Amino acid sequence: MSDVNAAPTAENLAEIKDLGVSFMTDAGSIKAVDGVSFTIPRGTVVGVVGESGSGKSVTARSIIKLLPETATTSGAVMLSKRDGSGELDVLSMSGEDLRRMRGSEAAMVFQEPNSVLNPVYTIGWQIEEGLRAHGMKDKKQLRAKAIDILKKVGIPDAETRVDYYPHQFSGGQKQRIVIAMALVLNPGLILADEPTTALDVTVQAEILDLLRLAKDEFGASVLIITHNMGVVADLADQVVVMYRGHVVEQGDVEQVFYHPNHPYTKRLLASVPRIGQQLVVRDLDGRVIERDGDWRDQPIAVEAKGLTITYPGHLMQPDFVAVNGIDFTLRRSEVLGLVGESGSGKSTTGRAIAGLQKVSGGSLKVLGVEMNGVRERDFKPKRADIGFVFQDPGSSFNPLMTIAQNVAEPLIVHGKYRDVAEARDYVGDLLEMVQLPRVYMNRFPHELSGGQRQRASLARALALKPSLLIADEPTSALDVSVQAKVLELFKRLQAEIGFACLFITHDLAVVDMLADRVMVMHKGSIVEHGDTEDIMQRPQDPYTRKLLASLPVPDPREQRMHREQLHALLAQG
Amino acid sequence: MAESSASKVTVPGDKRLENLKVNAGPSLFSKLPIVRELRVAVGWQKAMLVAGLIITAFFVLVAIFAPLIAPYGYSQIRDDAGVAFPTQAPPSAEHIWGTTVGGFDVFSRTVWGARTAVIAIIVAVLLSIFIGVFLGLVSGYFGGWIDRVLVVIADAIYSFPSLLLAILMAIMISGGQSSLMGGIMASGISITVVYIPQYFRTIRAEVMRIKSSAYVESAKVVGASTWRIMTVHLLRNSTRTLPVILTLNSSEAILTLAGLGFLGFGIEPTAAAEWGYDLNRSVADVTAGIWWTAVFPGLAIVLIVLGITLVGESLNDLADPRLRARKSAGEVIGSIEDTSVEPNVEPNADNEYAMSLMSEQPGTRAANGKEADDE
Repeated sequence: MSDVNAAPTAENLAEIKDLGVSFMTDAGSIKAVDGVSFTIPRGTVVGVVGESGSGKSVTARSIIKLLPETATTSGAVMLSKRDGSGELDVLSMSGEDLRRMRGSEAAMVFQEPNSVLNPVYTIGWQIEEGLRAHGMKDKKQLRAKAIDILKKVGIPDAETRVDYYPHQFSGGQKQRIVIAMALVLNPGLILADEPTTALDVTVQAEILDLLRLAKDEFGASVLIITHNMGVVADLADQVVVMYRGHVVEQGDVEQVFYHPNHPYTKRLLASVPRIGQQLVVRDLDGRVIERDGDWRDQPIAVEAKGLTITYPGHLMQPDFVAVNGIDFTLRRSEVLGLVGESGSGKSTTGRAIAGLQKVSGGSLKVLGVEMNGVRERDFKPKRADIGFVFQDPGSSFNPLMTIAQNVAEPLIVHGKYRDVAEARDYVGDLLEMVQLPRVYMNRFPHELSGGQRQRASLARALALKPSLLIADEPTSALDVSVQAKVLELFKRLQAEIGFACLFITHDLAVVDMLADRVMVMHKGSIVEHGDTEDIMQRPQDPYTRKLLASLPVPDPREQRMHREQLHALLAQG
Repeated sequence: MAESSASKVTVPGDKRLENLKVNAGPSLFSKLPIVRELRVAVGWQKAMLVAGLIITAFFVLVAIFAPLIAPYGYSQIRDDAGVAFPTQAPPSAEHIWGTTVGGFDVFSRTVWGARTAVIAIIVAVLLSIFIGVFLGLVSGYFGGWIDRVLVVIADAIYSFPSLLLAILMAIMISGGQSSLMGGIMASGISITVVYIPQYFRTIRAEVMRIKSSAYVESAKVVGASTWRIMTVHLLRNSTRTLPVILTLNSSEAILTLAGLGFLGFGIEPTAAAEWGYDLNRSVADVTAGIWWTAVFPGLAIVLIVLGITLVGESLNDLADPRLRARKSAGEVIGSIEDTSVEPNVEPNADNEYAMSLMSEQPGTRAANGKEADDE
């Protein structure tokens, strides 16, 4: 990393020259990538960052010409052979040549390891498949190679596990196997398309280490596509910033992070949530908006004692305990952050509070109603007092109803208004409250962007002025710049209205910005519980420490130290 | 009304959106099932769809205007003067497609037959679609034992041949030989029994998929009643695949009706014209070299089934983005899609890090990134 000055002048492995890609869609032709040029030097990690729709995946796929039939390309992609014996003009290749190039010169690692591995073949067979496709026949040799590569990517006990099926591995191990499949042919270039997005943050750190190994030990170049600035800071030597199909900035990682030139890069970096960064909201006159009074004096809105939730097991299998005897309280006008990895039971807890999930044991009191064994008839009046914001802005609205009809739904169900026409004025006010134009109420959900939909979703949740709001990963599906705006809006509304809020997320930095207190969940239990600042600065539980250390910091120099801390922590125990 | 002030896209204290034009979006007409597909179809898929639509529309028109098109009634065997039609006469000026062994005019019978066919389709589809959709909704949404029982019954019905059921129905309803409505009801009900499971299965699968989606859960959190969730949220969102099954079942209904008629369980010739019956009567004619009594009703059956099937199959292909053909753009053109990113968003003024980034002037650095410092 010390020779960044020399790196771009060294021989380039791949060169993308004035690449343009168009797609024919139902709505006419769409240009996904326009005049993109950059180079991938040998033995470096190039990070392509950008938000959704910026054309970063299309660019990477063009490098191995893995585009659908409806795509048309212009420009050129020159790929040098690994042994330096010549150059390939990828976009002009077809058929057999293309097949031979894929895998042996450049391989791809996809986002979702579950859908990449074929569930009916052993992983060994799938790794060998790539070798067979490139002309290796000897069975013993194939197997030896598969075992060897599995060892290298850190699958323990590779000799036996080579015969296992994909479902016998965890998500992180599956992604290791996918990377092993890419590495086994020893390609010069590995294209990793959001390789860690579907993974938990602790697993993400391991996969990033593995990709670093691909560069250091296998001498491959890695092109990593991501929307996560922390991942780029952790792994990349060079950064390409894309925005709306164009490259707006490229340079080495230090230059892009510390001295960005393009305004978009600056805004992107500014929107990334960081631990220890306070979120302050002001009204039009510039006064800081704060809550009235101290939340610690407020009455209790939700109280759980020994709350247990189990999912019934399938035939002959034991029940699955999703939440295992947890205790917590949530006071009016308090924001409680609930953090954990996938499968920790955090969403289940939130759903139980909203009455979407049956409580199996212990006690859960929501606004004075005992949820263990509650009847819908008794809980229904309380529902007007509870709002819920869902994770996926794409599916949280009925696609056949307009925004006005969707937002007015709780108002009509609870008899505040007789029909949508009557509620229009109030719905308009609600939309303005979440900073959406009034006229959007006549639109259909798909006509709004993800961030706008999530704001409308907030408007629906707050329509009945609830005293309790449950937000289940409300910003996880959003791009960072949009996320920043939604979080700000959220903070503003919370301070103004003063609802109690359970904020469920996997992102510690987001929790740090919003929450008064934090609960960390792991495998159905709460491992740590306390004031946000205490937990972020002085975590006590080893799991919380690991979680915090695994979170990549969007700052390359800091991240280098941060990574060493993580390794030290892992070495301890 | 409030509409005029509401059509301005603005947020108080935010002037960015004032110049934004609100586009009206596609009209309601272009969202109708077949019209929508016609717009996205290209190439041979469009040709198939258009051909199917033309054939189907032709038969519907013939059915509606049968009294104007047909020179004689369907059971007429004498002309206005009371003179009996010749039997088995070859095509001539009076009887352009000839006459049958019973003295019916083949052209008139074929034209009137279209009317019977169209009524049979409507009856069969109407009977099965409501029950099937309702059961599918209930079964998919509630699950549990209702679902299991309904699925088992549906599977059992699948194993019945539909023609056998139709014959049973025909005998039950009218003792074999029947009137216009009797024959149509027999074929309609037998089709209904066989096709309820199809609608049931499709709707059930869709409902099971959507019922876990966030907007249904959102309705539950809000406290919407089960009835409201089922009618407002689930019903309309689960009927997207119906047009396809509907068209395919329509052609099956015609074939069953014709099959019944051919086997002698159809409609009396004096009650209505029916192609299957006409085909049955012409079996003996074919060996005697009399071709006109068999060819025209037979062709009519083939064509109407072909037309409806073409529509159904192309709707099926078009509904699936993977099967849908698209033009190639040819060259790299087109507008760049708007991303979800809001380009003009300014960072929070209280974020010190963001402010330090934004205040740094681009001019202070050389545009060439390589010269940027490296500690």
